[in-house]
Amino acid sequence: MIKRAMNVIYAMWLGEMLRFWRSKSRIIGALSTPLTFMIFLGPGLSSGFQFQGGGTVDLSFFAPGFIGMSVLFASLFGGGSVVWERESGILKEVLIAPISRFFIALGKAAGGVTIALIQGIMLLIIAGLIGVRYISGIGVLAGLIIMGLSGIGFIGLGVALASRIESPEGFQMIMSFLTMPLVLLSGAFFPISDLPIWLGGLVYLNPLTYCVEALRWCLLGYSTIPISLSVAVITLFAVAMLGIGGNLFGKIRI
Amino acid sequence: MFYAIETEGITKRFGGVAAVSDVSISIEQGELLGLLGPNGAGKTTLINMLSTMTEPSGGSARVWGFDVVADAHRVRQSIGVVFQDITLDERLTGRENLDIHGRLYGLEGRVRRERVEEVLALVDLTDRADTLVKTYSGGMLRRLQIARGFVHKPHILFLDEPTLGLDPQTRIHIWEYIKTLTEEEGVTIVLTTHYLEEADHLCNRVAIIDRGKIVVIDTPEALKSQLGGDVITLEVEGAADIARLRALYESNGFARVVTRGSTGVSMAVRDGERNIPHVLNLASRAGILVLSVSLHKPALDDVFLHHTGRALRDRETGDAEEYGRSRTRPMRR
Repeated sequence: MIKRAMNVIYAMWLGEMLRFWRSKSRIIGALSTPLTFMIFLGPGLSSGFQFQGGGTVDLSFFAPGFIGMSVLFASLFGGGSVVWERESGILKEVLIAPISRFFIALGKAAGGVTIALIQGIMLLIIAGLIGVRYISGIGVLAGLIIMGLSGIGFIGLGVALASRIESPEGFQMIMSFLTMPLVLLSGAFFPISDLPIWLGGLVYLNPLTYCVEALRWCLLGYSTIPISLSVAVITLFAVAMLGIGGNLFGKIRI
Repeated sequence: MFYAIETEGITKRFGGVAAVSDVSISIEQGELLGLLGPNGAGKTTLINMLSTMTEPSGGSARVWGFDVVADAHRVRQSIGVVFQDITLDERLTGRENLDIHGRLYGLEGRVRRERVEEVLALVDLTDRADTLVKTYSGGMLRRLQIARGFVHKPHILFLDEPTLGLDPQTRIHIWEYIKTLTEEEGVTIVLTTHYLEEADHLCNRVAIIDRGKIVVIDTPEALKSQLGGDVITLEVEGAADIARLRALYESNGFARVVTRGSTGVSMAVRDGERNIPHVLNLASRAGILVLSVSLHKPALDDVFLHHTGRALRDRETGDAEEYGRSRTRPMRR
């Protein structure tokens, strides 16, 4: 039984990997936005910011934000592939197989997380090359775990939305409606200490905030939100979204 | 008696309209049953219920001995479904599509690889197996999709309009592949079609389905012979011979002997090919010169007309179809 489940998860993962590998445009597309931000926006922002205490913000501060952003994009897109696969009929073939829908969803999530991690690692390397200094190797590995956990959460969210929204156009719209505030209100672009209450409230409700903060702690050694809280929120988010996504995916009518 | 498929009064209503209404059929192991009917007749809905994709609103069905509602999982383990629309992943190669299918159905390692090779060879796609599916022609897509249905060696295979939208030549090729696969694999096949030639050519039994009901079910030959069998028509020199011929054949026990035009006589026979020599011998012994002889075998077209009072192709764009389409929401490509 477990072996059967593992085989199904592997089959779904394999499909995701093959498709990812074949679509170079998707790799480039997913990387280009955070990369552009990192190379052009990062230096621009860092020259303009000053902590109230007097310290300046350097490029390193933004790197975790851009990586978190890349994880968000890759994961939501990965989960959202359900919409396109339903539209093209590919999903029917998978859903008629004598296997639990949950394992199918899990396999898709595994594929999505792997892709998010690959992109995250590429960004980590590029950031390193343009001068971001990481505190330790262990920190970087811990960062990868944070990326994976957050990735699962956002894939779950993507699958949940994709299972309810039937048209690719509708999904696309919800995506742009959703990603913008998630990114802007995540502390990717500004320090989240000393925010006005209304803004701070929104920032603290945003799961991406905890992902970015945890990455900052792992990669750079400092964060506003304590790492234990970040990890707890991310883990909770991942479990909840996997549950909700898996559940809604299970309800798709063929 | 063990039936591969057995339904009792199975019914599916969408809103107030019955797409499938009170259908009871038994399909034996190894049969190749054709569900023949116009678009919107309920063929796909029936297949969807038998393959556990749609829950019946009434009645029951057992597929390979398992109830389609209570035991859906085990039904799925016993069947393969080849959908009407192409559900292959065009971003993968042909082999990858089959390989992932095999994995989803629990085939392991060497067994899976050999099996994939085997079905690829059966549909002549071995040399194109490693190219991306998006480069395949329409006929190749169908062949690959049909082959995929066989990968996990199902007991029962559902083929929903396997040659829809293909040109006649490709269609005949696909028939040959379906025949080969069926003979090699010994599976029970249920296929839907609105092509008469397809049902006639492939199936050993045909169920004519119209407005959600099975109107008649029998072998294509029996269905056709219900109409009175084959018709032999003779052409002779002059009107003078006609009356003599009619009398001759009537006295020799032929049925429905009628005059055709001014120089023709026709009669109904059971087995046309074998009766032609006999018919000609009788004429020559009576000293009547026969100019030509023709044999008309009734097609399923005639059968459909006979049972439903309509030609099969009349309703292709009827209201029922529109209704059925909006309900089943077929996948677009």
